[in-house]
Amino acid sequence: MLKLLEKYNEKLIAHGLCAPGEPLVGGINDTVLWNRDDANCAELETIINGLNINSIICARPTEPFLSILNYHCQNCDGEFTPQDTETRTFLHSIPVARSLNAAEILPLLQKRKGCVVEGVGIISIGTVSPEQAFVVYSSIIFSAFVKFFVDHAYALHHGTPDPVAVQMLPHVLAAYDQFLPQALEVKLQAGPFSDEDAIIRAMIDAGQATVDARMVDSFFGNISYFHDEVVYISQTGSSMDELASCIDPCPLDNSACTGITASSELVAHRDIYLGGNNKAILHGHPKFSVIMSMLCFEEDCANRGQCHIKCSKQRMIADIPIIPGEVGTGPRGLSNTLPPAVQGRRGAIVFGHGVFTVGQQDFRDVFKSLAEIEGMCRERYLALVGG
Amino acid sequence: MHGWTGKILKVDLTKQTTEVLRPERELYLKNIGGKGLAGELLFEHFCRDWDDPQMPLAFTTGPLNNTASPTSGRMTVMSRSPLTGAICDASVGGRMGTILKRAGYDGIVVTGKSENWCGLSISDEGVSFQKASHLSGLPVKDIHSRLCAEPGMEKGAHATIGEAAENGVGYAAIIFDGHYFAGRGGLGLVMAQKKLKFISVNGSGKTPVSDRDELRAAQEEIYRLVSASPMLTGDLGISNYGTGALYDLMRSRRMMPTRNFRQTVFEHASSMNAAAYKERYQTKKFGCAGCHILCKKKGAKGQVIPEFETMSHFSALVDNSDIDAVVEANRICNETGMDTISAGVAVATYAEITGEPITPQKLTQLLRDIASGQGEGAALAQGALAFAKAHGKPEVAMVSKGLEFPAYDPRGAHGMALAYATSTRGGCHLRAYPISHEILRKPVATDRFSLSGKARIIKISEDLNAMVDSLTACKFLFFAASLEEYARALNGVTGMQSTAQQLLQLGERIYYRERIMNARNGFSAVDDDIPPRFFTEGGSSSEAIKIPPLNREEFLQERAAYYHIRGLDNNGMPTPEKCEQLELPC
Repeated sequence: MLKLLEKYNEKLIAHGLCAPGEPLVGGINDTVLWNRDDANCAELETIINGLNINSIICARPTEPFLSILNYHCQNCDGEFTPQDTETRTFLHSIPVARSLNAAEILPLLQKRKGCVVEGVGIISIGTVSPEQAFVVYSSIIFSAFVKFFVDHAYALHHGTPDPVAVQMLPHVLAAYDQFLPQALEVKLQAGPFSDEDAIIRAMIDAGQATVDARMVDSFFGNISYFHDEVVYISQTGSSMDELASCIDPCPLDNSACTGITASSELVAHRDIYLGGNNKAILHGHPKFSVIMSMLCFEEDCANRGQCHIKCSKQRMIADIPIIPGEVGTGPRGLSNTLPPAVQGRRGAIVFGHGVFTVGQQDFRDVFKSLAEIEGMCRERYLALVGG
Repeated sequence: MHGWTGKILKVDLTKQTTEVLRPERELYLKNIGGKGLAGELLFEHFCRDWDDPQMPLAFTTGPLNNTASPTSGRMTVMSRSPLTGAICDASVGGRMGTILKRAGYDGIVVTGKSENWCGLSISDEGVSFQKASHLSGLPVKDIHSRLCAEPGMEKGAHATIGEAAENGVGYAAIIFDGHYFAGRGGLGLVMAQKKLKFISVNGSGKTPVSDRDELRAAQEEIYRLVSASPMLTGDLGISNYGTGALYDLMRSRRMMPTRNFRQTVFEHASSMNAAAYKERYQTKKFGCAGCHILCKKKGAKGQVIPEFETMSHFSALVDNSDIDAVVEANRICNETGMDTISAGVAVATYAEITGEPITPQKLTQLLRDIASGQGEGAALAQGALAFAKAHGKPEVAMVSKGLEFPAYDPRGAHGMALAYATSTRGGCHLRAYPISHEILRKPVATDRFSLSGKARIIKISEDLNAMVDSLTACKFLFFAASLEEYARALNGVTGMQSTAQQLLQLGERIYYRERIMNARNGFSAVDDDIPPRFFTEGGSSSEAIKIPPLNREEFLQERAAYYHIRGLDNNGMPTPEKCEQLELPC
């Protein structure tokens, strides 16, 4: 258990989400174990005693995330609700406590998987593994970040910018510089790859490089390669920087269901391969791409509020289309909208969700495209808000 | 009340009388429905023998039945198991849960014993007792057809027992709507003991919903998560392939119980997987009322395609490589009404003890003999443990608390070892289902080759699944959704203000009550165990994947941790302190 607590402590730090020495990670079996001593342990154990959980994280995030969380806390009444896919699908809403007090926090965590404590940071929980708490922690940061920039852009557009947000913006952007993609320095193997070992090796390296370059948080996204009528794809919920043993070979003829643990986007990946000459796909959630996908200033649109499933406009950022579609299959799933959108293109952005890039040789192009799209979206955002 | 009808039909088969119970709202709030409600109704009777006429057989629905809440068409059947002597409940699909609510009842409690075979007919017009001797000995599908042909029951729901129950098979099932089994532990035999051959229900009532917008929002959240689940609606998931989609995965993880759990890889598996059934039988899908996943499969010529456990046990476990024989074995069990898991393990036990190979002909003959109580089948009809004991080799029976193991070898998913051991109904995968995280990576992956920290996970999962069965939702849905979304659905229907964690606490109370019931019937730590084979023999290892025996010391250590977390004493018995905390009599 202690090893597991230490792993997620290190991950929070390695991803830049927390400063070294900051994360407090607790694991519960028949006793409570902590990755370190802290004055807050007693209060957190009161929280643990009121919940049926096996793990908890309490940590103050780094800048700019802490300032953004505090901003949302000050501008909401009990909870805030970002409109990105992560919130829509998994978080539903993000509750806020005003102090690290068990009596205040318990009712929030009885309902949701995590909450923000104003001025303190985030508390997140898991029932199976500290990984759940880590995922929730990271998701809250992601969703809160996206909401800050989306709300600000809309407020500016409507001529009602929040002076506090305006004042924060340069500081937040500066603090975020350290998280910008560093794609150009990365060297990945040249393809095409023709045997399973080489394919899996290339996927593991590309996944690791994508996380190292901070283009995606580790557990967001998926990656695949197509060879000899088989789609090799990362497993559902796998971390992009831990892909060893987490890649499923899925034959196109569906002669085996071993890939039942494959990513929820398997169908979308498969149909992309069937509809063109692509061999590699990379999917991540770079933040400014997600933010830009959620900014549409069409007045009086009949689909307002339903953009994630019903957008009927041909929206583009340069050569990259922005499309609707929910996670996975289903009538409104991106498995229907994504494959046609990337035909003849290097990628697409799914509204409020993330970027898919495609390549015909190996992971070098898809990696570069992901970084370029995110860079381009960031530039466009800055141009939009005068940053 | 919103959600509940507030009425439970109590039936006395001896006197052929009925009365309506009207529980207080508080009782519903504490138990919700399904498993929770049935446990409440049975609690005071639970020291009776399973065949005591006054031992109730309960059929219970939940507040979400007959509403728009996803996968809420299920219900619970509960009594004491003739096979194990322990608590025995089954979450069963089909339409009965929905239709019973329409007829105005949250549940039926059956007591007494009829003189002759009888049936129970429930509709908007009232309740009547029917003669049923003419149905005795018929195949289940014929009984179902006849019940559907009764005036006013064409669109009704029907529960029946088959030949196996009539002949005293210890793992006889109750079959709903011709296809859906309350399969495990011999609930069909309890019904047969009462001489109750069938229950037919029809009704037209609506279930009042407190807040339709809230329910719709919850429904939207759940559907979104289901669409995002590769296990449920993915290209290779159970919607397309049925639960048999798990077959390849168990093979590839080297944890497919083979030749009575002596090996864990079956060399013929790749030609007997779900894809093979799909191609050979041109399968199409069907499923329970109120479910859009439709995990059940039927062949183009109407053959019922086996579920995962049946596929696995009638192939790998009994060393049979004939796919048609699996379908035929499944058909025999369906038509005679017996649990395929227990039947498969009984046959595998027979094979190991006698050394006789199980040819396709032998397999189907043994199953027919079990159902009819003839020849070698008569001894196997009392379960694998009784058969193995009779041959002086109890250790060969792959059971816990006398209930046969399903198709997950615990050496390939160590949490499963603890889950089998602590399950209140015995060798059951569904109480905690650690396969979800150990193999299917939901909600996140855990180390399948470690027991470390699993005690608490198992306990939480048992509480969760107790609540899922009380909500009468489908466990499969919880590969995607969680109590967070279902609490919203429950609140929308009933007007409650519940949260996910509050529902988990109710689940804890419901599960602990089952521990009390078992303890009162003599179950203790000795029974919370699995066969010695798993600690002394390895599975089928490869270069890449080693399947060593489980470590006995670690197992006992984690079981002790489980007792501590669950609030039991060192012997696995309930404690006064915990009972008081949960407001349960000790």
